[in-house]
Amino acid sequence: MLALPPNSTLRFNLALIWLSAICLALLLLAYASPSHAQSAKPVAEDPVLEKKVITLSNELRCLVCQNQTIADSNAELAVDLRNQVRKQLSEGKSDREILDYMVERYGEFVLYRPPFNYKTVLLWAGPFLLLLIAMFILIQQIRTRHKHLASEEFNPTDLSRAKALLGSKSEGQS
Amino acid sequence: MKRYLIPIGIFVVFFGFLAAGLQLNPREVPSPLINKSAPAFTLPVLGKDNVTFSPEEMRGKVWVLNVWASWCAACRDEHPHLVQFAKTQTTPLLGLDYKDKPEDALRWLKEFGDPYVLSISDLKGQVGIDYGVYGVPETFVIDKAGLIRLKHIGPVTPSVIEEKILPLIQKLNS
Repeated sequence: MLALPPNSTLRFNLALIWLSAICLALLLLAYASPSHAQSAKPVAEDPVLEKKVITLSNELRCLVCQNQTIADSNAELAVDLRNQVRKQLSEGKSDREILDYMVERYGEFVLYRPPFNYKTVLLWAGPFLLLLIAMFILIQQIRTRHKHLASEEFNPTDLSRAKALLGSKSEGQS
Repeated sequence: MKRYLIPIGIFVVFFGFLAAGLQLNPREVPSPLINKSAPAFTLPVLGKDNVTFSPEEMRGKVWVLNVWASWCAACRDEHPHLVQFAKTQTTPLLGLDYKDKPEDALRWLKEFGDPYVLSISDLKGQVGIDYGVYGVPETFVIDKAGLIRLKHIGPVTPSVIEEKILPLIQKLNS
């Protein structure tokens, strides 16, 4: 780049702008297209219910493909569990009751958002704990360094040499 | 020397955690059903019209419930070991034919041998959900009081039978 004449740098920049514009357009297109919409087959009978099904399904982990929610996954079990959520919601069950139903069968791992309890306390609080420890160490280090600098005594010969080097000017100032 | 001990210590601890973490199998999610009552159900017996089965019938016996399906490739791998296990007649082995077509299931048993006292036909997979099944094959050991004492996820191997299932059955029977 550096070896090129300035003219070609300009051209390069223009190309970069064009490229980013195309990328942005593609991204927008991808968002607008129906393929980005929920992969779950919507049962369009009751859009309100369907929306609730999707919301709740996003809270539940698919145990077959563990890093997906049952709303994202098309594994057969995920489809079954979505149907289960739909059925129970239409029966008037609350979100809490349905989540409990899943936890009773599949364990807490089924919750996509891990709950805060004694088993997950390290998961939730661990990063903050590490941050606190790091800050404590940092403050400690800075303090000892300050103390060290403040208490540092100069070797008398070094001091006289420094004075001699700095000459009478520094002597007059002090 | 001392100043190196702390970083080395921290490294060793982290290394230990990571090494232990690598040994874990994320596919094996501990079941919340351990030491809980085996969920009740009444379902038709595979291949027998008008005959139903429910787990209460096994009260007072230690039994093994194996979840399988003719469409499940891993079930094929474990099948010979189950046939072998059934020959020893240690304890009743029942099958739960999960989301399968009865005609396919019956053909499968005819082809590979039938180790089960009987198989239960779970066409819709509801019993599978109640038992927290997410990766066929799965194997449950249920005690005399009807409590689930073991859940094994994935195909059973001779070592699983020898080291986990048989000792547990022996303990539960004594």
